Amino acid sequence: MNNFDKKKYLYVLAITSLIFFTAIFLSNYFSEKKLAEVRTIENKIAIDILSSETQYALLQESSCHDVSSSILSQELNSLEKKLSYAEENFGNRNEEVISLKRYYSLLEIKDFLLSKRIAEKCGLRPISVIYIYSNNGDCPDCEKEGYVLTYLRETYPELRVYSFDYHLDLSAVKTLFSLYDIKEELPAIIINGKVYYGFKEKEALESLLPKKLKKKVETS
Amino acid sequence: MSSITAALVYIIVFASLYVEVFLLATFFEKRKTIKREESEILSLSGYPSVTIIVPCFNEEKTLAKTIDSLLSLDYPKDKLNITIVDDGSTDGTWKEAKKFENKNGVRLFRKENGGKHTALNYALAHINTDLVGCLDADSFVEKDTLTKIVKYFEDNEVMAVTPAIKIYNPKRAIELMQNAEYNLGIFFKKMLGMIDAIQVTPGPFSVFRKKVFDNLGPYRKAHNTEDLELAFRMHESHYKIVNSHKAFVTTVAPNTIKSLYKQRLRWVHGFLENSIDYKHLFFNQKYGNFGMFMLPAAVLSVLSALYIVGYAAVNMINYVAQKILEIKIVGIENSFSMDLFFINTGTLAFLSIILATISVFMIIAGKHIAEDFRRFPLDIIYFFLIYVFIVPAWLFMATYNTVLSKRTPWR
Repeated sequence: MNNFDKKKYLYVLAITSLIFFTAIFLSNYFSEKKLAEVRTIENKIAIDILSSETQYALLQESSCHDVSSSILSQELNSLEKKLSYAEENFGNRNEEVISLKRYYSLLEIKDFLLSKRIAEKCGLRPISVIYIYSNNGDCPDCEKEGYVLTYLRETYPELRVYSFDYHLDLSAVKTLFSLYDIKEELPAIIINGKVYYGFKEKEALESLLPKKLKKKVETS
Repeated sequence: MSSITAALVYIIVFASLYVEVFLLATFFEKRKTIKREESEILSLSGYPSVTIIVPCFNEEKTLAKTIDSLLSLDYPKDKLNITIVDDGSTDGTWKEAKKFENKNGVRLFRKENGGKHTALNYALAHINTDLVGCLDADSFVEKDTLTKIVKYFEDNEVMAVTPAIKIYNPKRAIELMQNAEYNLGIFFKKMLGMIDAIQVTPGPFSVFRKKVFDNLGPYRKAHNTEDLELAFRMHESHYKIVNSHKAFVTTVAPNTIKSLYKQRLRWVHGFLENSIDYKHLFFNQKYGNFGMFMLPAAVLSVLSALYIVGYAAVNMINYVAQKILEIKIVGIENSFSMDLFFINTGTLAFLSIILATISVFMIIAGKHIAEDFRRFPLDIIYFFLIYVFIVPAWLFMATYNTVLSKRTPWR
């Protein structure tokens, strides 16, 4: 008695392969959709920043009353989360992810400069934090600092947190680092032009922020 | 995730998917035959003589109910013998057995404790009926169970028939998750029966032609899994084992984690040890689907479950460690996001959903066969939420014991 049916084994192999590759295809499809979403948000932010710059230029002659941080793009924070997720899930060597990250870093610098200009014009204290990290395994405290920065970002909606990968190959970012003379002692944080190295707890960072910075109002 | 780890996970998932697809393909291929079997199941052309052996060791609580269920079978009384073997019990089992000594067709034996296989062999030496069955003293049959089993012996090639085993009165979470598992087992067993690849003739009411023992010899100790070894031996001799999916037997399930662990450790360890003893059957076309599909799939299921759960546990520990670190640094923050962007759409996520869906389908198909929708779907929920996480405990220990050649006690 031998019930071994080779054909059945091959049919099952074909069906299994079909299901397996469909799963791979679906996964790739959704990954591409997600990266496209990140790209769309980046484009929207680019337009927002251009719009803000234009608005700023138009309002050069008017009072500070009309210019506020609300004209700056509000989507940088959510984009950062999505980009981190993409980096974690699709790999930080993924070409598309690297390209999006470079674009994001440029947008951050533009947003930082614009907010600085507005603050100067209106005599305000800029409410921004520049955070420099590395995820190449050479910064054991970066994960912890990341949690603190995420907390601050979510607790103080007005606060603008700009995060930069120390190893990102982008000349604008390198210029920014050289302006502040950033050393490879990560994590590094720049608040009000002053550079702080090493892990800073949330209380320590909060004490460096302006007192009038409003906390997020919890809604039910 | 290193590329080797990732590759291994994908290979295991692919192989697991292959096994599930194979069983599903069998289901769609054979469902008409299964329906036909169901419509003809009660039309017996004759009643061969049958002896049911009830080996017991310290089963005073359930023995009477087991014998009562046998006495209530719809089967000619002159064709049915019940042989109770007390394997040196130290509780009131013998006293319980003695209550039945004057019943027609009931024989009692008492011997020194030597293990289940010795009790069965003791009885076999006193039997001369066409068919011989075994019923564990913690299991109960329905009135038509034997008839539905004997039907399959009308095929002269059939040498053994296994029943569909359900959990007796499942109430607690631990019993409910086993209920779902047994329902899945009913589906598996039927499909394996259809392709002649059943790997065990379980203690609760498997019935054999007497000549199986005459030709192949008695039960063996076989690492305390004599029912498994006998099935292996039968396949080695190309003896056909089928499953009567409508012949229901209920069995008392372990109701503590400890007793469940011990039982499963014995089963899995026994399977691995017998697999080594019968390694020549693996990937051997001569032994059909049993050698080419069942044995590799069963070993794969043990190893893959260990690997996948280990892999998932490492990820889970990393995730929890990250969360603890986050809470330690910034306190408890509500970071829950409804954004669809963050839903996991990785290949493994899709494959896991497909595997789980097929498993649920097979459990529900098993429930249909078993006509058992007690506590549904709670049992399936327990199965996926609890059971799959405790299985690795005995899989790991069984593998460890096998590698180090350690013995697994019966109790």
